[in-house]
Amino acid sequence: MNLTTSTAYKTYTEMKSNFRPLKLSGLEPLVITPESNFVNVGERTNVAGSRKFLRLIKEEKLEEALAIARNQVEGGAQIIDINMDDGLVDGKEAMVRFLNLIVSEPDISRVPIMIDSSKWEIIEAGLQVVQGKCVVNSISLKEGEEEFLNHAKKIKRYGAAVIVMAFDEVGQADNYERRIEIAQRSYNLLVHKVNFPPEDIIFDLNIFPVATGMDEHRKNAIDFIEATKWVKENLPYVSVSGGVSNISFSFRGNNAVREAMHSVFLYHAIQAGMNIGIVNPTMLQVYDDIPKDLLAHVEDVMLDRREDATERLLEFAETVKHNKSEKNKVDLSWREEALQDRITRALVKGIDTYIVEDVEEARQNSEKPIQVIEGHLMTGMNVVGDFFGSGKMFLPQVVKSARVMKKAVAYLLPYIEEEKLKNPASKEEKSGAGKILMATVKGDVHDIGKNIVSVVLACNNYEIIDLGVMVPPEKIIAQAKAQQVDIIGLSGLITPSLDEMVFLAKEMQRQDFEVPLLIGGATTSKAHTAVKIDAEYQHAVVHVNDASRAVTLVGNLLQKETATQYKTDLKLNYAEFREKFLSRTKEKEYLSIVEARKNKFQIDWKEEDIVRPNQLGVQLIEDFDLEKLKTFIDWTPFFRSWDLHGKFPDILEDEVVGQQATSLFADAKKMLTEIIQQKQLKAKAVFGLFPANTVDDDDISVKDPENSVEIIRFRTLRQQLKKYKGKPNFALADFIASQDTQLQDYIGCFCVTTGFGTQELATAFEKNLDDYNSIMIKALADRLAEAFAEYLHWQVRTKDWGYARDENLSNAELIKESYKGIRPAPGYPACPDHLEKLSIWKLLKVEENIGVKLTESLAMWPAASVSGYYFAHPEARYFGLGKIKPDQLEDFANRTGITYEKAEKWLSPNLA
Amino acid sequence: MSEIKELLTQKILVLDGAMGTMLQRYQFSEEDFQGERFKNWQIPVKGNNDLLSLTQPKAIAEIHQKYFEAGADIVETNTFSSTTIAMADYKMEHLVDELNYESAKIAKEVAQKITAQNPAKPRFVAGAMGPTNKTASISPDVNNPGFRAISFDELRIAYKQQALALLKGGVDVLLVETVFDTLNAKAALFAIEEIKEEQQIEIPIMLSGTITDASGRTLSGQTAEAFLISVSHIPLLSVGFNCALGAKQLTPHLEILAHRTSVGVSAYPNAGLPNAFGEYDESPEEMASQIELYLQKNLVNIIGGCCGTTPEHIHAIARVAAKYSPRKLETPRLI
Repeated sequence: MNLTTSTAYKTYTEMKSNFRPLKLSGLEPLVITPESNFVNVGERTNVAGSRKFLRLIKEEKLEEALAIARNQVEGGAQIIDINMDDGLVDGKEAMVRFLNLIVSEPDISRVPIMIDSSKWEIIEAGLQVVQGKCVVNSISLKEGEEEFLNHAKKIKRYGAAVIVMAFDEVGQADNYERRIEIAQRSYNLLVHKVNFPPEDIIFDLNIFPVATGMDEHRKNAIDFIEATKWVKENLPYVSVSGGVSNISFSFRGNNAVREAMHSVFLYHAIQAGMNIGIVNPTMLQVYDDIPKDLLAHVEDVMLDRREDATERLLEFAETVKHNKSEKNKVDLSWREEALQDRITRALVKGIDTYIVEDVEEARQNSEKPIQVIEGHLMTGMNVVGDFFGSGKMFLPQVVKSARVMKKAVAYLLPYIEEEKLKNPASKEEKSGAGKILMATVKGDVHDIGKNIVSVVLACNNYEIIDLGVMVPPEKIIAQAKAQQVDIIGLSGLITPSLDEMVFLAKEMQRQDFEVPLLIGGATTSKAHTAVKIDAEYQHAVVHVNDASRAVTLVGNLLQKETATQYKTDLKLNYAEFREKFLSRTKEKEYLSIVEARKNKFQIDWKEEDIVRPNQLGVQLIEDFDLEKLKTFIDWTPFFRSWDLHGKFPDILEDEVVGQQATSLFADAKKMLTEIIQQKQLKAKAVFGLFPANTVDDDDISVKDPENSVEIIRFRTLRQQLKKYKGKPNFALADFIASQDTQLQDYIGCFCVTTGFGTQELATAFEKNLDDYNSIMIKALADRLAEAFAEYLHWQVRTKDWGYARDENLSNAELIKESYKGIRPAPGYPACPDHLEKLSIWKLLKVEENIGVKLTESLAMWPAASVSGYYFAHPEARYFGLGKIKPDQLEDFANRTGITYEKAEKWLSPNLA
Repeated sequence: MSEIKELLTQKILVLDGAMGTMLQRYQFSEEDFQGERFKNWQIPVKGNNDLLSLTQPKAIAEIHQKYFEAGADIVETNTFSSTTIAMADYKMEHLVDELNYESAKIAKEVAQKITAQNPAKPRFVAGAMGPTNKTASISPDVNNPGFRAISFDELRIAYKQQALALLKGGVDVLLVETVFDTLNAKAALFAIEEIKEEQQIEIPIMLSGTITDASGRTLSGQTAEAFLISVSHIPLLSVGFNCALGAKQLTPHLEILAHRTSVGVSAYPNAGLPNAFGEYDESPEEMASQIELYLQKNLVNIIGGCCGTTPEHIHAIARVAAKYSPRKLETPRLI
């Protein structure tokens, strides 16, 4: 990294960490940071803006008026604006009465309120009845500095944020210079004279109509946008807001044009920094769905690009007055468009209904069938790639696009083969952007992430050679050579896979490979890649943390002009990262294992804290009813596996990904119903509860319930990082009573699976070229397995073990792990040692009982399986082992009866 | 910077425990509550604990002294209900100035005495300002959700009167506490800001809300974070929670505050949850060990006890608190 970029980076992070977000509250918080999406203020509860609302207020139909407020919140408004300014309404009384009612409705008052009035007495009356942090809309310098400062001081004392209108003694700002002049002056007065927190200032820079036919209005949108940019750059921490519908005032009556105008305006204003707005979401068209010609006309007006822009838009508007009754029909007008547009649309929208007929038409128009792929289809896929890259499309949509693409290619393949036979000379036909080999490494069976990256890259014209899961290194090397691939991508989810990747990097170095190596998957990290893998291979190694980054990255690596420089930079970047990381790790202090044991977690063992399980020994559940698992599913990770980030169910309402998440969720639920009804997957479980005691500090001796003879020993590992005073060094063994207490304690372990059947279904989908559903079934099976583990744990707590008989927790509480006791899984932070799975397998006869196998890397097959221990003591908790030292490793090897080298191999990611 | 603000960065400050629990031990009768001065008062006054500052001042001073001796750095004045609003129940609105002034004086005198014995450990008095018995954003009438039994201005005026008398009596800090309804607290904060401006003085303010039950919300429905945002417009010495929950149940809510504010964080939970008889029976050791978890997690700067806690509890808590350094007052990471 050169000096300038590192300084730039520093200032950026400093700015970020010092940023003062705008924080508002209703019953729940609303924190607006630079990363937040555009905040949508509901505007329907405004007597000036909604005739219906005005009528309801006048007629005192307050229940119905409340319903409007509720609809807005349910429809996604993050703040609701309330305005009672009307000549025939007692504004103060109406404001107080309506706010008091709103406050009594938790589903409305969960969002912050914007108290909107031109009269100060109404604003103050509103501020006195709302407990949360509101927004006052608005104050300005219209009546001079004294009143402005007075009101600001009061607002601060009531604890509200404020909208400041660009208005002063002279009048309303209507050009760029006046807007910034008033904003600057208002800001200085507020921040310096009354100490108003700058993050609580929101400027309304006046949105005025364009296309009014008057020349002085032509720059109304541009001036607003430019002023917004200036304000955000020069007045730290403030927000910019405005009433969007004003912009299209001159097109009242033509909603199609108005909707397009709002979207275009917002598209540019948001880029300039406008982060809050009063917008009617039903009056908004999706920017990319605006027909090209309309878009061009609207942008001409908005950005003042032509002298005659207004006349042209007026003329054009006549043709797009859309008929409301048509809205509900499926719009097939796009079928009338030019061939390329139809193909592009089918790919962007993921519609496969007409793709074969369109591709056939394209084939007949082309000289060679391959040209359809290189021309028509790639043109469409490039649009998909651009949209995805710029955040206008999301992963599930892209995977659907890929499905259409595959269908089209499959149709063309026979023609291409035929062409080849006719014309054997034309061998180098397939150009493509590059060949990428993808594989999940030896011993690992997880491939959702790898498949997603493959699909996304395939969409961008890369040829993907997917070797599948559990691929031995020799095969990766051999295939890479035979196919002359341009990049190798490795994926893995469990920790032993990390070593496989290191091994492969060494092999590639030994065999003089030069192609870049991509590393991805849940346990991989930039740190591990930089420290362990990059160091072994002289050429580029990159850690890819999400699918959307993969495209740019691969592009950079393969672009002839820039690749060399890019690779050199990468190498330097990773070397620097490695050095920093290593120097940082050196600073940590560790205890010897003997000292760590002295500082173990001490439970005050009491007989009454130990509950004897109702049923000891091993139990088997075969063919469990999947229906019962539905309510136990934690959906948040499901969306994460599709690169849609956010908490379920809030994600369904998310401003940016909400629509996609909702559609994905609908598909998932549909498939889930099929799985359950047709019993496509089999759920099985085996679990056991045993008498147990901790022996020799870190081992758990598990006994036969019949005769109390030890049948197996679980080996646990102890934290060795030197702790802050008073904090213990945990090992799982601390949660079981030691032999010395003379108390009989208990432990449990389990393995559940919902994976049988997944592979068959996935393969069937893949045969139909349907990656979308192939990924979907795997993601669902994973969720079901986790749900089964959750269900079984609950069953064990309340019945089979029965230590929490009275437990009554909701699914959300289960997901939060609010229950008593824990179920750590080998391979996860508390017990990263995968070898322990062997003990569980032996103890429960897992493979014989339910057929779940362990691979050579000790991954479970089928992949949708979960195994772990049960600890019941109320003090038992999850912790991360962290790094351990060679002394513990040696001790562990001795206790376990394996060589130091073997122990080192399995625990290398945890060695300090 | 005030002395207490400075101390906040150096050590964990210990607040006292329950006043009511201690008063029960005296088993005062109606006559004891009345004393000479209120003999044959028009309505019974037994249960008006704040009145005891006038009729049984020795007992009040004794309790303060016990808490200081147990290791408390701060005691609360016996003024939880000393507003015109709450005193209306006993027709004693006219006594509000006196109640607050005298209560503050009693506590301050004890504090000064104990400080003189050991000047290395200065003791403080916090003027307790309770939530009153009316809520500004909840209707007491289920059939009329828009109705309010009290307005912001009525609260502001009552709190201002209380705060002025407490300050006159010599309190070091004002403690707006057991906040069920954030709007009530905002009225109190508004009143204190007015005093600050009118008298051109600085007043350290502690603010303590109450998470009513397992829903994790205040009675008026706010989450811990929303509550914090709603009161962050006023410079506070500390923000925290007290009452309703035991130390264990309070932990997640304290974590939210601790990770999101740059002012001090306070906690004074009950001695566990009430048992079947409505009594709080968590032992001093049990409570202290729960509280030690706060300290290990670096969650608090001020720690004490609410319902059911006694000098024995405070003693156990103070002993644990002495082992740890206070939470750092830093601008929280952007979340």
